[in-house]
Amino acid sequence: MELDSKAPGGPIETRWDRHRFNLKLVNPANKRKHTIIVVGTGLAGGSAAATLAELGYNVLSFCFQDSPRRAHSIAAQGGINAAKNYHNDGDSVYRLFYDTVKGGDFRARESNVYRLAQISLNIIDQCVAQGVPFAREYSGYLDNRSFGGAQVSRTFYARGQTGQQLLLGAYQALERQIGAGQVKMFPRTEMLDLIVIDGRARGIVTRDLITGKVASYLADAVVLGTGGYGNVYYLSTNAKGSNATAIWRAHKRGALFANPCYTQIHPTCIPVSGDYQSKLTLMSESLRNDGRVWVPLKAGDKRAPNQIPENERDYYLERRYPSFGNLVPRDVASRNAKFVCDEGRGVGETGLAVYLDFRDAIARLGRRVIQERYGNLFDMYERITGEDPYQVPMRIYPAIHYTMGGLWVDYNLMSTIPGLYVIGEANFSDHGANRLGASALMQGLADGYFVLPNTINDYLASQKLEKVDTGHAAVREAESNVTCVTRRLLEIKGTRSVDSFHRELGKLMWDYCGMSRTAEGLKYALGRIPELREQFWREVRVLGSGEELNQSLEKAGRVADFFELSELMCLDALERNESCGGHFREEYQTPDGEALRNDNDYAYVAAWGFRGVGNRPELYKEPLNFEYVHPAQRSYK
Amino acid sequence: MRIILHIWRQANPEARGRMVRYEVPNVNEHMSFLEMLDVLNEDLIARGEDPVAFDHDCREGICGMCGCMVNGVAHGPLPGTTLCQLHMRHFKDGDELYLEPWRARAFPVVKDLIVDRSAFDRLIAAGGFISASTGSAPDGNAILVPKTDADRAMDAAACIGCGACVAMCPNASASLFMGAKLSHLGLLPQGQPERERRALAMVAQAKAEMFGSCTNIGECEAVCPKDIRLEVIARMNRDFFAAAWNGRAALRDDAAEVGQQPLAGVRR
Repeated sequence: MELDSKAPGGPIETRWDRHRFNLKLVNPANKRKHTIIVVGTGLAGGSAAATLAELGYNVLSFCFQDSPRRAHSIAAQGGINAAKNYHNDGDSVYRLFYDTVKGGDFRARESNVYRLAQISLNIIDQCVAQGVPFAREYSGYLDNRSFGGAQVSRTFYARGQTGQQLLLGAYQALERQIGAGQVKMFPRTEMLDLIVIDGRARGIVTRDLITGKVASYLADAVVLGTGGYGNVYYLSTNAKGSNATAIWRAHKRGALFANPCYTQIHPTCIPVSGDYQSKLTLMSESLRNDGRVWVPLKAGDKRAPNQIPENERDYYLERRYPSFGNLVPRDVASRNAKFVCDEGRGVGETGLAVYLDFRDAIARLGRRVIQERYGNLFDMYERITGEDPYQVPMRIYPAIHYTMGGLWVDYNLMSTIPGLYVIGEANFSDHGANRLGASALMQGLADGYFVLPNTINDYLASQKLEKVDTGHAAVREAESNVTCVTRRLLEIKGTRSVDSFHRELGKLMWDYCGMSRTAEGLKYALGRIPELREQFWREVRVLGSGEELNQSLEKAGRVADFFELSELMCLDALERNESCGGHFREEYQTPDGEALRNDNDYAYVAAWGFRGVGNRPELYKEPLNFEYVHPAQRSYK
Repeated sequence: MRIILHIWRQANPEARGRMVRYEVPNVNEHMSFLEMLDVLNEDLIARGEDPVAFDHDCREGICGMCGCMVNGVAHGPLPGTTLCQLHMRHFKDGDELYLEPWRARAFPVVKDLIVDRSAFDRLIAAGGFISASTGSAPDGNAILVPKTDADRAMDAAACIGCGACVAMCPNASASLFMGAKLSHLGLLPQGQPERERRALAMVAQAKAEMFGSCTNIGECEAVCPKDIRLEVIARMNRDFFAAAWNGRAALRDDAAEVGQQPLAGVRR
């Protein structure tokens, strides 16, 4: 299979316009003859469902939560980037494009990134019109702040709850269409398989999470906006329910999975406190503006932080990166925290934490200023840890936060299965090997509000889609596949809970496919995961039945998919013999410990085709060409 | 420490529920409340008993999915805190806690501590939005919003839709929830054209959903994990009366229609 990105050529500034003009349209009267399925109601799925309905399509929208407003986009704190240049500080579409390609360590498709930067302008306008209460200056104009990896102020925000407010905007737009009858909403309904008929995506099989009823829904196209797969690691900043089942089962039906090893680890999270820990909580990156990161100079120093004198502290980020200091990008900050903890200099009970200290900032600016800037974060920290960060330094440690990999899509956001579109974090498209802060919200909304609603017309207008019904053999086959998996899980009646397997898998992935990776470790994991997977299918205990609300059963299905996906992540990480962005292979680093890319051999997107559980997947490569931003070593020294 | 739990167990909406006593012997003070329930559930699974069903997702206090009554107080004893952010250090060895689902006619129990809050979605679908279809927006800075208005709109918009206000209200009123949305949108210039229609439609829908009326008791404000103020209910009442007094028959007809018919797309 040749991977055709369909990315247009010619001057980058006009690529999207020219491409859009060449796309076929569906006339308004014909739109109502089409039905589109949208799975997921986060920023990408919610905005897409609302916009497609506004255009006149019939939309079926699905989410596993009790309401579309719960999607995990809601937890994004910091902000959303847009190249408005409202501050006259030298920003431009081109600069946002440049920063994103560079921040992604030169592993993203230039055409996509440029389009994203262009659309960023429309997103802010759209959200303001919907009533998103962005922060304002006293003049009434929109306020901005700066974020990691950029030297301009282009981040729009709504306190520390930007994701919540943007999601509520999309959710309200979606509810408006639900009220109008243009969208039919299916909450507490989980997609468990994709229906492919004559090589095209034509529907999904779902399980009603309350009654357990398995049902099929058919449409002319299927859109997945189901988020990332960070929960492979068990402990992450993702919501407990976030899962990879929709994209993984689409992958098993033929959609290629791109760059699975690109995972982002956020440097400032509250560390693990015990083995009952169920998730990790992020503390906004903005804290690094005033907090200083340090560990004791000597390994095993167990004194309380305030008793360690200045000359026995190692402010390692300031020491190693004098020009960026505590504000180095996420991947660099995370790796360095791991290095010092590996040296035995980590702090806290577990030794897996570093200090983020506001003592100097409080002395310099006064407690009131710090309270104004970070009061809510300090409160949250105290609520969780029981420690007062005004008095003792915060303890932080990196945690899995975002996955840049996902289903492969072309410039139209269509996967390798015709009629299957993938948007937001679920696809691999725009962030390369590392995502910049405040860019996830931008991408989700760009895909959902502005890209997909333009590109999907072209597919619908150019296909002759036969009418199908739920009696079709492919529908029956997919339904029986879903029922079989459910039955199999319930019949094992083993001895170990789903969570205990998930924790064990997560620990293995964190140790061998986490912040830094080695060929040896990855090979070990690739040997261990299948063993653990087989053990899961022999020993897992799922109580109850399939015909009721059964949370263990829901989890079991998701964890079964994590087992298969984690193997692919390790394989991809092993095959990529270079370090880039979130993928750090210890064998490939510069003499002073920085990531060493290999542009000659690895400037490609690795897209994997499924060949059966336990079989080696097929690798397809989409070469990446850089016509505008020329690959260079990132330096933050 | 050892915690004794009495938990409402109800197999499905039709089944008869009852309180069941459990002991969790090794509770660590750094656990969150939900992590304590995880530990209980692992234990129940090991013993072959059906684990307790409870709603939760983000576990960082923003998705609004979790929540139950703890000794009669929605989200438990700590002010301004969702159940997932409540930690066990606020309890002591031997404490007995009674956990019940949200109680309200509009929130029927689904299973154990899980309730159906889709009535909230239908309130929003009735009018809790600004009709700004994608593509029609002017430049973001073309609409100036005074900072104080933006800040107050944000205060109201912080609502996470958890339903604690309804559960705590003796009338099971959704006024704090509706007031928060009406204030968020009504404080912004973008929200003005639909302001009256919005108030009428949401209030009518609340009646159809069997939420009670507000009698200014204030329990909702006391348990709101996001500190939404009673002031938003005053705003709602003002918008509603303004709309009603203006006597726009057309608006009233619209609202009545919304209230009486099940909205399209609503399943349960």
